Amino acid sequence: MTPPAGSLLSADQLRKAYGPTLALDGAEFSIHPGEVVAVMGPSGSGKSTLLHCLAGIVPPDSGTITYNGRELSAMSDAQRSALRRSDFGFVFQFGQLVPELTCVENVALPLRLNGTSRKEAERAALSWMERLEVDDLRKKRPGEVSGGQGQRVAVARSLVTNPRVLFADEPTGALDSLNGERVMELLTDAARSTNAAVVLVTHEARVAAYSDREIVVRDGKSRDMERVV
Amino acid sequence: MSIGHTLLGLLESGPRHGYDLKRAFDEKFGHDRPLHYGQVYSTMSRLLKNGLVVVDGIEAGGGPERKRYAITDEGITDVQRWLATPEKPEPYLQSTLYTKVVLALLTHRDAADVLDTQRSEHLRSMRILTDRKRKGDLADQLICDHALFHLEADLRWLELTAARLDKLREAVAR
Amino acid sequence: MNVRQWAADLMLGVRFAFTGGREGWTRAVLTAVGVGLGVALLLLTTALPNALTVRHDREAARSDITFAIQPMPKANDTLVIADVDEDFRDKQVRGRAMEPEGPRAPLPPGVDEFPAVGEMVVSPALKELLDSDSGALLGERLPYRIVGTISEEGLIGSAELAYYRGAEGLAEHITPGNVERIDRFGDPEPVEEQSDPVLILLILVVFVVLLMPVAVFIAAAVRFGGERRDRRLAALRLVGSDSRMTRRIAAGEAMAGAILGLLFGAGFFMVGRQLAGSAEVYRISVFPSYLNPSPALALLVAVAVPAAAVLVTLFALRGVVIEPLGVVRAGRPARRRLWWRLLLPLAGLAMLYPMIGNGRDNGDFNQYLVTGGVVLLLVGVTALLPWIVESVVARLGSGGVAWQLAVRRLQLSSGTAARMVNGIAVAVAGAIALQMLFAGVDDDYTKSTGQDVSWAQMEAILPSGVPLDRAAEKFRDTKGVKAVFAYSESWLGDRPQDPDNGTTLTVGDCAALREIARLPSCAEGDVFVVHGAEWDGEEDVTKLAAPGRKLYVDPSYEGGPERPAVPWTMPEGVKAAKPRTGLLAGIDRGGFLMTREAMPDAFAPALDGHAYLRLDESVPDVHDLVRNTTAAIDPLADAMTWASTERTDRFDAIRTGLFVGAACVLALIGASLLVSQLEQLRERKKLLSALVAFGTRRRTLSLSVLWQTAIPIVLGLLLASVVGLTLGTVLLKMTGTPVGVDWTGVLAMTGIGAGVVLVVTLCSLPPLLRLMRPEGLRTE
Repeated sequence: MTPPAGSLLSADQLRKAYGPTLALDGAEFSIHPGEVVAVMGPSGSGKSTLLHCLAGIVPPDSGTITYNGRELSAMSDAQRSALRRSDFGFVFQFGQLVPELTCVENVALPLRLNGTSRKEAERAALSWMERLEVDDLRKKRPGEVSGGQGQRVAVARSLVTNPRVLFADEPTGALDSLNGERVMELLTDAARSTNAAVVLVTHEARVAAYSDREIVVRDGKSRDMERVV
Repeated sequence: MSIGHTLLGLLESGPRHGYDLKRAFDEKFGHDRPLHYGQVYSTMSRLLKNGLVVVDGIEAGGGPERKRYAITDEGITDVQRWLATPEKPEPYLQSTLYTKVVLALLTHRDAADVLDTQRSEHLRSMRILTDRKRKGDLADQLICDHALFHLEADLRWLELTAARLDKLREAVAR
Repeated sequence: MNVRQWAADLMLGVRFAFTGGREGWTRAVLTAVGVGLGVALLLLTTALPNALTVRHDREAARSDITFAIQPMPKANDTLVIADVDEDFRDKQVRGRAMEPEGPRAPLPPGVDEFPAVGEMVVSPALKELLDSDSGALLGERLPYRIVGTISEEGLIGSAELAYYRGAEGLAEHITPGNVERIDRFGDPEPVEEQSDPVLILLILVVFVVLLMPVAVFIAAAVRFGGERRDRRLAALRLVGSDSRMTRRIAAGEAMAGAILGLLFGAGFFMVGRQLAGSAEVYRISVFPSYLNPSPALALLVAVAVPAAAVLVTLFALRGVVIEPLGVVRAGRPARRRLWWRLLLPLAGLAMLYPMIGNGRDNGDFNQYLVTGGVVLLLVGVTALLPWIVESVVARLGSGGVAWQLAVRRLQLSSGTAARMVNGIAVAVAGAIALQMLFAGVDDDYTKSTGQDVSWAQMEAILPSGVPLDRAAEKFRDTKGVKAVFAYSESWLGDRPQDPDNGTTLTVGDCAALREIARLPSCAEGDVFVVHGAEWDGEEDVTKLAAPGRKLYVDPSYEGGPERPAVPWTMPEGVKAAKPRTGLLAGIDRGGFLMTREAMPDAFAPALDGHAYLRLDESVPDVHDLVRNTTAAIDPLADAMTWASTERTDRFDAIRTGLFVGAACVLALIGASLLVSQLEQLRERKKLLSALVAFGTRRRTLSLSVLWQTAIPIVLGLLLASVVGLTLGTVLLKMTGTPVGVDWTGVLAMTGIGAGVVLVVTLCSLPPLLRLMRPEGLRTE
């Protein structure tokens, strides 16, 4: 199947097994620039695996993933890593901030990995931290800030490289609903303002409500609700 | 929602005439559905009849004459009683959705489809609410949240049912 | 608090130490191995004094050559015994020829019956050597039938080569110190032997240097898995154990490792004890039975080690509050202060300082001061290192991402990093100092022999009466001998008894004489007098060289045995010659030189033959071929190998031993570094996966792991070098030896330390890469 017209990232017939467990069994996906797509489904349905495949973290056993006209599964590990550094951003549920680095250093980290100088990277990091209202935490270490603040720092980090696609895996999973909503608001606002696409894995309807549309993953198969309706 | 009690409550801060009451109600509570003036009028008549309000005076001006209502002591007691009485939780035992799912199973249609479609519809509503919440003030946010939480509850039921479809199918077939 | 509760808590801790799957076991075993090695070393230390005493006693019990100037009369309980020691390769063979003079002649310890002429009894090690192919050369020199073995009480070590053979006609040769008549074995007047203070110093330092890193390691080992333990302790608090109980449980865990370590240690010691029977250090071997630690000291070790483990744990837990929801370090740890840390090594230096120069002059070192000083200096390393790591790391600035990650991590937990490296630093510091000491002391001994090994490599001393020409011929025919310079030598005096003036007399052919002096010309029949030699007084020589002067060859001295004192009248026409320096044992030869023709026959019994041999040392066993020839020429002839080559060999052996020991300690510490490194990585599994997700290169993370280990180790090695060189310098000054730095040794030691870092990093890479696989992101 050719990728849907105008799509930035699309996947077709993805299959991925972890040992005897079939995590993905013919999943499909596509997203346009500036679009927020929620990936929903019960635990163990393969949501996270779909995200990992789409982001080029895990190569699928079979199927195609096309990003911006390039075939992801044809790339080497190093190429995919480079792509993730330059074009993608990531937010996870927890355990993603380096505990030894200060918040601003954490945010600057992806830029530094791309070879940006420390000063420049930290300046860019700070401006993103301001947008996410956590610039007063710059000197603090992740252990010294609250969960909601930490998650905002993580969102700032995921956006600091101006990614074309932002992958968020249960970004509010460890937060109370007030903090979770605030993080979602800031995340989607920031993504819209930079025209980034957001792949949002969540099992919470209230978080999924921040998306433009949702796809449902069940037993390794995906269902694009927009095309169905 | 008891409109009578709400209007009574609004009168507690001072006497108002009918249109004034309607405006105050719409401002604070009528986000989605403004009150029709007829509703205010009939409610006030009932309250007057029951002795919960009295006519405080009649305003004669350029336009039609307007009654000014004031709350009586009895009225205050009534508001007090209403606020102190907990609302009876909704039983939610009659569910159309449940009926649809069971019927789909009985007729060997795809029940998961029914659920998915419903989820999609719920999410669409939730998106609209979320969007409004983002743009609105605190009152808007609280109202929307109330609705969102109810929708979310439905969705959680949807997910749970989806996960138990196989068992349900067995039970229905028996 | 009742005893049962205590015991229950400790036991619970013990149980925790061994549960927890493979990881728990690995940690427990590693701790136990570390503690075990330490315990084995401790047991060895406690056994060593005993071993040395036993050796000393046995040596005294069999002593025979008493240097008695007046020989005792022959009786039916006397024995004539001759020292017939041999050298074989680099080993010495203790040999005795015995001739009992009556039925009640004393038997040497460990021998049941006198061997008859042509027979011998040998030590088990010698028997084994003679039976082997490599011993065949020695067999040529000992062509006697083996009729028995010397049992343990007659030997001072399992590897000692010794024999007793039967002989006859020994009585004629009685000379003090060589052939003597005795009526008993054993030193009649045992004197408390004054041990070489330098040797004592060496032994003390060796033990301190080997024990210190082990102690540091034990302290670090019982803290293995600290974070995991903290979580477990918090969980225990949550289910209701109080703070004291938790501490006791933690102590129990540490104790478990230490007790298992004790068992390991006892095992290592038993194995080591057996191995000790087949090992030889410094030509000293011991029987396993010598190595019995005194029970009191062993008991002390058995009690002290687990107690120390418990104390270290409780010490580490001070300032830590174990709450049900986690472990809280009390407040922000105070910034490390320098002054008291500096105090330790300075106090160590202060203890050693008063003993500078003691080694050569007034002997003794105060053992307590030496041990205390060395321990304080090395403990100073462990005290200074955390401060240095903290201060340096706090100042480390920008760099790549890998560098930043590593530096930040170190800044947060510089204490942990320093603790892990402490062991390595102490081991390297000690090893450097020890090596300097060995090198310096050994150099000292080598220099003092000063023989010119480029001129000749062996010297054969032939008893008077052995024809020199024939002997020289036989040496020339020996494989591997390139040149032979043969001389007959004696002493000249101006009186037959107790002469006032005297000098040497050397007889040889012209070619041989030219080797030892600058002659104007030489023809057979010439006699020369050497002027200007350092050894002989110029005045004496000139006085003695007056023609017609009557001199005596080989005069007697008061109290000594009667010598021939052959008279000689100084002839006319004695030519003057100049000395050549640097020959013959480093002493230029003076006195009178005489060609063969000029020597009266009567001199023969008064002259000893000396043959200086130039060898092709690439010929295998060339020294033993020469020794065999020497023995064939005359059984009482003696061949000596000139020094310096063997000395260096011995030093090399020690250096190798030191390297092996240090490498083992370092490997052990490296293993513990690896364990803690892996533990740390596993705890960061989620984070690693997240970092990989947003595109961090494997190289970056690997490098950061490398930096994280390398930075503290480099600092540790620098400090270790400084402290090691300081300690080495002080020790050398104490022994009065010129200070020289063995830079290759320093480099090698630090190199091994650096190698450990590299290996640890390399070993932690595969698990790191495995943890970096995206599967780590899976939560379901």
